[in-house]
Amino acid sequence: MAVLTVENLKHIYSIGTPFENVGIHDVSLTIGQGERICLLGHTGSGKSTFVQHLNALLQPSSGSVLLDGENINKNKITRRDVKRRVGLVFQYPEYQLFEETVYADIAFGPKNMKLGKEEIDERVHEAARFAGVDDSLLPCSPLELSGGQKRRIAIAGVIAMRPEILILDEPTAGLDPAGSRQIFENIRSYRENSGATVIVVSHSMEDAARFFDRLIVFDHGTVCMDGSPEEVFSRADKLTEIGLNVPKATELARALYRRGVLPDAAVYTHEQLLRAVLQAGGEAAC
Amino acid sequence: MLKDITLGQYFPGETPVHRLDPRTKLILVVLYIIALFQADAWPSYLLVILVTLICMGISKISLKNIFKGLKPMLFIIALTAILNLFYTQGTPVREGWIITWEGIDRAVKMMLRITLLITGTFLLTYTTSPMALTDGLEMLMRPLKKLKVPVHEMTLMMSMALRFIPTLIEETDKIMSAQKARGADFETGSLTQRAKALLPILVPLFVSSFRRADELAIAMESRCYHGGEGRTRMNQLKYGRNDYIALLLGVLFLAAVNVMKHFGL
Repeated sequence: MAVLTVENLKHIYSIGTPFENVGIHDVSLTIGQGERICLLGHTGSGKSTFVQHLNALLQPSSGSVLLDGENINKNKITRRDVKRRVGLVFQYPEYQLFEETVYADIAFGPKNMKLGKEEIDERVHEAARFAGVDDSLLPCSPLELSGGQKRRIAIAGVIAMRPEILILDEPTAGLDPAGSRQIFENIRSYRENSGATVIVVSHSMEDAARFFDRLIVFDHGTVCMDGSPEEVFSRADKLTEIGLNVPKATELARALYRRGVLPDAAVYTHEQLLRAVLQAGGEAAC
Repeated sequence: MLKDITLGQYFPGETPVHRLDPRTKLILVVLYIIALFQADAWPSYLLVILVTLICMGISKISLKNIFKGLKPMLFIIALTAILNLFYTQGTPVREGWIITWEGIDRAVKMMLRITLLITGTFLLTYTTSPMALTDGLEMLMRPLKKLKVPVHEMTLMMSMALRFIPTLIEETDKIMSAQKARGADFETGSLTQRAKALLPILVPLFVSSFRRADELAIAMESRCYHGGEGRTRMNQLKYGRNDYIALLLGVLFLAAVNVMKHFGL
């Protein structure tokens, strides 16, 4: 079932000035309930512009975005409501923290939804748990914590609104591998518990292969590939052509395949590669 | 959208006015302002208007652009005109009226004077990049160093402020979007509510400005910046033939206005 439908979406920046610039160009997509989607594409390919359309932060130059069949840009009220149902975490979200305590910052979203005090309290604790923020941090000032902790607090601030669709724009940029993995685990547990649809913008092919069912590749403001990791990564040449690559494991598997070590190169994660190599080794030993 | 605001208002171009040395243009603007305030009677006003139009023609700045810039000043211009209209002594337009012929005359002249004043300075900022402008200012104010005025530091601060305006606008835009995504509302509510709604923008903006300032200071120090003493520059300002001609014309213009004033024109 489609929750979000994007029809012929087009966005032009600074329309009517000499600085006119096409951000995205004729994008049509449907996104189903509970999907795990990763948006890929090099810098400036239009992914960030695209996600800002999904919660009506940007208004399309032409085309429309439908949430449960209703145009989200119909009027002021639909534009406000969509922000509660579609949660968007920006790139480097730690720079938007402003409250005196972590608790107050996470509560900012629910408070704007005019919820009751108890409801807010419940949501703050729940969101903190999902985002991996320890309860002992809640009374601290968010500005004095480490980068990774700040990032998790900012994500909790969006999760506290209990969005049906959670969008994160490069949530792991600038974090170490352990921190990145933990953030993906947190997102996964939020999705499993809430049934939310998750859309993540990422540059990491490894993460794309490991955590997502559907990959959408942007290039020059249009969708150039849309499919499962298997489908997308099997077209390695096309990916290289638009300035992206395949996961390291796939690269290695392809090299091994060319030398006749592996029977095929359909390998996308380290675990799969390990299994394939062990299997091939086992057969050779026999 | 915040991004659409034009700041610094520099229109890149390749006209002779654009190519003039920024120092020349600064001096010319000062001469122009002096001349403008010397002009008293209509003939000299007409001369000033004519010169302004010629300069606009050479620098290819359209009237439309000038009017766009004048918009925020409309209130002040209108207020000056109204005050002059009602508070000038003389012969009333009609028996018993407060408005006098002299008042109308003065009101129109004052409006023209302010408009021309703004137009003249616009011609400077429209044709000179902010960096060239601060360079020119630093060179012109150099003698003040003898009086222990920190000229170099002042102009450095000016150029840094100008440099960071677009960065800060972009950042404000980003923070606003992020807070909007969390349901913040900047458009409705009473004045106090709206002022309060700015807090989620201002706090992160201040925090990141301080961080940026810190980083900039470290970056400058690690490249051995130690103030203006003995510092040379990559783009030396050089006076050309055109600059001398322009300055000469400027002085002639000022002289002409003064001569006209002497003869009551």
